[in-house]
Amino acid sequence: MIPTSHALVLAALLFALGVIGFLRQRNVIMLLMCVELMLNSANLVFLAAARAHGKVDGVMMPLFLVVVAAAEAAVGLALVITLFRKRGSLDIEDFKGLRG
Amino acid sequence: MNAALLPLLVGLPFLGALLVLFAPLGDRSLRRLAMLFALATAVVGGFVFCCFEGNASGFQFGFAADWFTLPGGGTTRLALGVDGLSVLMVTLSALLVPIVLVTAPGHVHKRIREFLFWVLLMEAGMLGVFLALDLVLFYVFWELSLIPLYFLVGIWGGENRIYATIKFVLYTLVGSLVMLVGLIRVALAAGTTSIDELVVGNLPEPVQHFAFACFALGFLIKVPVVPFHTWLPDAHVQAPTGGSVILAGVMLKMGTYGLMRFGLQVLPAGAAAWGPWLAAIGVIGVIYGSLLAWAQRDIKKLVAYSSVAHLGFVVLGVFAFTEISLQGAVLQGVNHGISTGALFLLVGVLYDRMHTRRLTDFGGLARTFPAFAVLLIVSTLASIGLPGTNGFVGEFLILFGSFAERPWMTAIAAVGVVLGAVYMLGMCREVLFGRVTNPACEKLEPLKPREWAALLPLVALMLWIGLWPAPLLDRTRVVCAEMAARIEPWLDGEEQAALPREPR
Amino acid sequence: MEAPWLWLITLLPFLGAAVNGLLHARVLLARAAGVADDPAGERLVAWIGTLAVAVPFALSVLAFVRLQGMEPDARLLTASLGDWIHSGTLRVGWALAIDPLNSVLLLVVTGVGALIHVYSAGYMHGDPGYRRYFAYLNLFVGMMLMLVASDSLLGLFLGWEGVGLCSYLLIGFWYADGEKSDAARKAFLVNRIGDFGFLIGGFLLFWGDAGTLQLDGLNAAASAGTIDPGTLRLAALFLFLGCCGKSAQIPLYVWLPDAMAGPTPVSALIHAATMVTAGIYLVARLGVLFAVSGILPVIAIVGALTALFAATIGLAQRDIKKVLAYSTVSQLGYMFLGLGVGAYSAAVFHLVTHAFFKALLFLGAGSVIHAMHHRQDMLEMGGLRSRIPTTYRTMLVGALALAGVPLLSGFFSKDEILFLAASGDTAPWLLYLMGLGGAALTAVYTGRLLALTFFGKPRFDEAEVHVHESPRSMTVPLQVLAVLSVAGGLLGIPFVMHPLATWLEPVVGEATAIARGAEHHGSHALEIALLIVGGAVGIGGLVFGLRRWQGDPAAEKARMDRLEGIWRPLANAWFVDQAYERVLLAPLRGLRALCAGFDVFVIDGAVNAAAGAGRAIGERVRKVQSGATSEYALWFGLGAALLLLIFWIGGTP
Repeated sequence: MIPTSHALVLAALLFALGVIGFLRQRNVIMLLMCVELMLNSANLVFLAAARAHGKVDGVMMPLFLVVVAAAEAAVGLALVITLFRKRGSLDIEDFKGLRG
Repeated sequence: MNAALLPLLVGLPFLGALLVLFAPLGDRSLRRLAMLFALATAVVGGFVFCCFEGNASGFQFGFAADWFTLPGGGTTRLALGVDGLSVLMVTLSALLVPIVLVTAPGHVHKRIREFLFWVLLMEAGMLGVFLALDLVLFYVFWELSLIPLYFLVGIWGGENRIYATIKFVLYTLVGSLVMLVGLIRVALAAGTTSIDELVVGNLPEPVQHFAFACFALGFLIKVPVVPFHTWLPDAHVQAPTGGSVILAGVMLKMGTYGLMRFGLQVLPAGAAAWGPWLAAIGVIGVIYGSLLAWAQRDIKKLVAYSSVAHLGFVVLGVFAFTEISLQGAVLQGVNHGISTGALFLLVGVLYDRMHTRRLTDFGGLARTFPAFAVLLIVSTLASIGLPGTNGFVGEFLILFGSFAERPWMTAIAAVGVVLGAVYMLGMCREVLFGRVTNPACEKLEPLKPREWAALLPLVALMLWIGLWPAPLLDRTRVVCAEMAARIEPWLDGEEQAALPREPR
Repeated sequence: MEAPWLWLITLLPFLGAAVNGLLHARVLLARAAGVADDPAGERLVAWIGTLAVAVPFALSVLAFVRLQGMEPDARLLTASLGDWIHSGTLRVGWALAIDPLNSVLLLVVTGVGALIHVYSAGYMHGDPGYRRYFAYLNLFVGMMLMLVASDSLLGLFLGWEGVGLCSYLLIGFWYADGEKSDAARKAFLVNRIGDFGFLIGGFLLFWGDAGTLQLDGLNAAASAGTIDPGTLRLAALFLFLGCCGKSAQIPLYVWLPDAMAGPTPVSALIHAATMVTAGIYLVARLGVLFAVSGILPVIAIVGALTALFAATIGLAQRDIKKVLAYSTVSQLGYMFLGLGVGAYSAAVFHLVTHAFFKALLFLGAGSVIHAMHHRQDMLEMGGLRSRIPTTYRTMLVGALALAGVPLLSGFFSKDEILFLAASGDTAPWLLYLMGLGGAALTAVYTGRLLALTFFGKPRFDEAEVHVHESPRSMTVPLQVLAVLSVAGGLLGIPFVMHPLATWLEPVVGEATAIARGAEHHGSHALEIALLIVGGAVGIGGLVFGLRRWQGDPAAEKARMDRLEGIWRPLANAWFVDQAYERVLLAPLRGLRALCAGFDVFVIDGAVNAAAGAGRAIGERVRKVQSGATSEYALWFGLGAALLLLIFWIGGTP
């Protein structure tokens, strides 16, 4: 049986990958995918914990998260499309309208 | 019937505001509609005044309905009621709004629908402040009355209106937030938010001291007293005439009302502890405000600073804690609203015609504008407290009552009576007397009917209250005696320990 | 005894004021519409104005007769209209109380007032503010009657400030002249300083524990000793400060000479006969209180000083009204001297006779000014005796009375005060000599006034100034007052008759007894001797004054130049105004400027600085908001890491 720690390490690696990607990537679609990556790493932790503790609660949570992620992806992609139509670009460096 | 009276009083201007906002009418009809609601409110206000039972203690015409439940388990209520402390202010507020509306066509030429909306909304807020019997409701109304003034000054004000508006709103907002802290402290300690319970209960002393400091800061900024007063001259100078009238007539009185309702009734121990300092601040305000009024060259600023001086008297009267001085303070609140309101209207009359407020631009108006001169002189006399006018009764009672407790401070404040004559008569001298030096003063349009309609009731009130103040004094007698009695045990250190403390 | 009709006495003048005020408004409206004034309207106004005072006079006579019909100790008429101010333990009603003391004043105020109204009808003829003038004058009489007839200190204060207001309005009657307005304002402000004292005095009495503001109650409390002596003394001093303001005594007399800016009948009525005697009335009214308080010596000294001091200034004035103004200040000083030595009824006696002869002199001066086309400088007059004979004759009577020539009213009243000062307890001879010195100077400046005005050769251009006698409406009041100035002496002739003193005895008897002791000081021999001295000084001074200033003006001018060192300070009233300006007003203005600067730079500066600081901080911090999403995420991540670290180290949840 694979020890829980392995799953946790994998989740941490996936999460770090997501974080680094989110900080480094410039394409908005890539950013969204990085966010998905982080979310799914969290799912992994939940599942690993559920198996380790033998409880079903941890299995419930990923189901929620998958739904939320789907909704998020839908809204996010809609925004991306709108952005591209308006600005003709998906480079995050071009969107600094909130600069103080 | 009686229970519905106060909701009606607050509801009428509110309803009127909504109707004005959405009614598909032209400007003239809108004005009429707003006037209708303001007059109806005034009639209800007058009815409340007439039916108010002077000899009874406690709140009358009570109305209460549950509102929402607080996290701690307490329930806030939509509770309204009127007692001797608020009845005069309620009536005055209801009376001043029609006066403001009747003069509005003189100085409000743009965005009339919004103007009427804000004025009526402000009226609802002001009346609510005086009538609310629940801390949360009070706070809601308190803020509600602030916002309309922000727009009134900010949209219809003078050249420098943005500066004045922001200054005024930030100042009062700081005060309100500090007050909110005190309010929450009181609510937590008492376990209730209902004011009618708080005014008879006793909170632990440390809570009172802390909460009083918070409340007092909020109210003192609103009054305003030195050194928190600098927003007032700016706001007055920039505000349109109607805004100034309401600001001076009612808004400032929310501060003195709060000082009495919360400072003296809810937190007597705190008031007793802080009283001497606040009385001293009041006296400083009298002298300082008078000197500054004397130094002004802008007639509206002069009247604004005179407000600081007059309200210094009121603060002194409140924190002298005697029945007579408290009655004087309540009455002087009304008087100041009437006479300063009239003065602002008169300044507006001049400004509408000559578009200047500099003292040196006038002169010799007694000949060219005699009706104005008579009204200005009468208002001036009321303002400087000549016997036979309303100002005398209030000022005299304050000084007379305060003298029993704080003779030195009162003696110093009485110097303000002399200074008041100095700057007010100085103003009359420059505006009315001497030769006409400015050709613009030669041909002035006579007073319009609507200006008469606004000013004559005020002048009549000045003389009425001056000669026969009994109807007003009778209505405030009981509550002032109770306030003085309530604070009495806290004034003496030894009796404090013996005071029964209800566990709340 | 309850007598509700007393209210008619005080309310009728108010009614007259209201009616005349409305008539004035109507004329203004007509003028605005381009209609010329209706000359017949003036008669109506004058009638209304005069009747509004004459009817109260008749009613005052009625009150007087009623009082006379009562037992001497029970002479009191009251009228009440319910509460005015009622708060806590303070309860003051609208109530009048007429006793022998104020019945006399009612008669003087309404009687002299009515005469002056008649006179004004002629004097103000053709003035565009004719109706306004009569409205003010009626208002004044009403306020004065409130002052005199009220039964409480507060009601008295209502009248007290009310007459101050009317004085303000009437001094500044010709408001287009800025200087006149300034004089009016000065009068009001100086009086306000006195009123400050009045208020504080009242507070001290009430809380120190008289517990009432009723005038009789205050007297009773003082004599019963319910008021703490120290408080009582302080309170009496403060009240006396109020009297100094209203009755123009040192140090607050400075407004009265300037008050001459008003129309001359106003000077006669307000600034000689009635309003300025309010202070004397107050001290007499609260006679017991003042006597018990022990400040009477202060009053006596202030009175004597003022009497002498003002007389010196009167000696050197060129303006005929200014002479009379300083003379009034000086005569009021005599009345206070009388009060101060406990001679209450003598003071009231002098008040009455002074009202007659000073009103006469002012009205006469008005007639002269009228004849001279509004010239007031006596150095530009001269030789008017034959040109305006009625004015001359009546004024002569007034001048003789003022100078204290034997057998005229002023002689008896002034010498009674001097005798009682000489036989009093407070520095008797010093006070007497000051008073006598003042009397001598009074006689001299009176003689000077007569000489410069009526005698010698005319010093004006007769082609330019057509001197003419005044109309009958002006001369008849003069004649009546002249008769009164002579007959007034009958109110109190030593050894012969004392009707006034007897009349006042029930009111001021107790106070006199406290102030002077029960037994009479001073022998008859002394009284006779002083009468002779007084008469001689009066006649001598008058003759000296008449002769000294009758010569030709050129020689006079040379003489004045020689005496420059003395004349200059006298003519400039000892530079008191300038001293006040420097010592009081200039520092006050400095304080005002200081406060104004403090307000703008310190208080408002702090407010704006706080706002500026907020803005400056925001200016720096805004750069953090770069707009780059990844940067935000970095901060977010760092923050989360920091929190985790804290929780890890802190070990909490």
